[in-house]
Amino acid sequence: MTALSGRWSRRGRWTGIATLVTVLALLPLILRTPYALSTLVLIGIYSIVTIGLCLLMGYAGQVSLGQAAFFGLGAYGSAILTTHLRWSPWLAMPVSAVFTAIVAYLIGVPIFRLHGHYLAMGTLAFGIIVTIFLSEWKEYTGGPSGLPGIPRLTLRGTPIKTDLAYYYLVWAFAIVALIIALNVVDSRFGRALRAIRDSEPAAQSLGIEISSYKLRTLALSAVYASVAGSLHAHYMIFVSPNACDLDLSIRLVLMAAVGGLASIWGAPFGTALVILLTLVLREIIPLLSGYGSGEHQIIAYGALLVVIMIFMPQGLSATVSRTWRRMGGLDGLRRRLRRAP
Amino acid sequence: MDGEPRVIMEIDRVRKEFGGVLALDDVSFRVHEGQILALIGPNGAGKTTLLNIIAGTLAPTSGQVRFRDKRLNGRSTPERVRMGIARTFQQAHVFPEMTVLENVMVGCHLRGQCELREAALPFGRVRREEEDIYLDAVRFLNLVGLGMKAQDEAGSLPFGQQRLLAIARALATDPRILLLDEPGAGLNRLEKSDLVELIRRIQHMGLTTILVEHDMELVMQVADWVVVLDYGRRLAQGVPSDVRRNEAVIAAYLGKDRD
Repeated sequence: MTALSGRWSRRGRWTGIATLVTVLALLPLILRTPYALSTLVLIGIYSIVTIGLCLLMGYAGQVSLGQAAFFGLGAYGSAILTTHLRWSPWLAMPVSAVFTAIVAYLIGVPIFRLHGHYLAMGTLAFGIIVTIFLSEWKEYTGGPSGLPGIPRLTLRGTPIKTDLAYYYLVWAFAIVALIIALNVVDSRFGRALRAIRDSEPAAQSLGIEISSYKLRTLALSAVYASVAGSLHAHYMIFVSPNACDLDLSIRLVLMAAVGGLASIWGAPFGTALVILLTLVLREIIPLLSGYGSGEHQIIAYGALLVVIMIFMPQGLSATVSRTWRRMGGLDGLRRRLRRAP
Repeated sequence: MDGEPRVIMEIDRVRKEFGGVLALDDVSFRVHEGQILALIGPNGAGKTTLLNIIAGTLAPTSGQVRFRDKRLNGRSTPERVRMGIARTFQQAHVFPEMTVLENVMVGCHLRGQCELREAALPFGRVRREEEDIYLDAVRFLNLVGLGMKAQDEAGSLPFGQQRLLAIARALATDPRILLLDEPGAGLNRLEKSDLVELIRRIQHMGLTTILVEHDMELVMQVADWVVVLDYGRRLAQGVPSDVRRNEAVIAAYLGKDRD
């Protein structure tokens, strides 16, 4: 934890980001199929949500099982503003994000009176209410069958049509989201968040207004989710309540946990792993049983979550970095390579 | 010192009931500026309850606490910290996953102004502020003698040092009055004499201290004034040598302690 947030982030942050950018820039050279590219786009979009969720869960220490609702509000906000009102997508996105942040703030005031399991239940209920609302407000949302005809994002007047272009766009957003989150964590604000997570009475005794920090972090994570939702809507050019239901909320928590709740860097990796796992399960489960795969996937997620909590409670990134240190880091690797014939 | 020092805090008929149980029974006393006031008494006498009421963790059933002539009732803990009331806890409550230095930097919270927006997009001013906070934190760490441990994880410190860290963290809030909840419990002899030294140094910095403590030896060494609580009532108060000879106190507390 400390290694990741302190020493590592200061000294190695820009190296890390440069590496990530290089890898992401070159990845489409290898993974050129439409299927691979669209998977990478989705990983980018959900990474943005997961990074925000890490801030909320890993740093502020607050559970959210309703993050998909913020994603949905962003997606539907963009969808409704650009179809019914014919706004520019680039205007609809920030407006939806601000709206979602306000909703998060208002929801946060009563919901943060709850703690632990009750907080989880409260956010869960909020998510379900939003899904129902989106299905029932048929005039504008198109109801359960969804809202088609969302315009694509444009760049200098030309619509971004290819998956490759969208891939670069989405990951540019994700990198910015990552940098902002790292900045937040590494600031007075982030220190206050970690203090709240470690001990609320002690944080309060040092003059930290706990509820204000929780609320602002919830709002920030909602903005992350909302922007990702908007990007998703313009990518799919279609939204439906299915795209932002409880199932997504659970997957998002799983992504954050796999990456490591208190690790901003882990978020994109956790996201990638869970999405790849979903794809694999989609192939495997029909082979094992004749039914559809939806409910069975939930079982697999549950099992995965249990395994992670037992074997790497701090997530993938913490386990990897600990193993890396135990092997002697870069020097160790060099030594090993030299010894090899 | 010329003349009577000013009253910095006044505990005025503070009463606290938990359900039917009376924890504090109209307790009153005054704390003078620069004083080290020890609050002693047997287990369950209501010492920590009173400390929590002063710090704003608990609300009194009736009565008032005034700090520099301002009423504290109804003010939140962070508000009181801003007014200059800092505290430590019996259980230290350090932030275990943060470094020792970061713990004290959290204590410097109120010195900073960087909010979410500046945190997200940090430029010159924020960087400078972080630098200042860092230097302040180092200063407070050195004050309690933990400078060498700055980069250690706070949770890995031995308990005695966690206590010192908690004191450094509280001092970093720039208080006028410091509430210490049993700082000596669980410390060995050497650590205790360091603690006495530290409490005296804090007094020299011009701070007022309210010390809840079990260890009579420690109290007699540092306190200027002693208030004895028993079953939620103020049993006695006075300078340490008087309190030590007070028969009611000996019966209620010292006597029982030594038989």
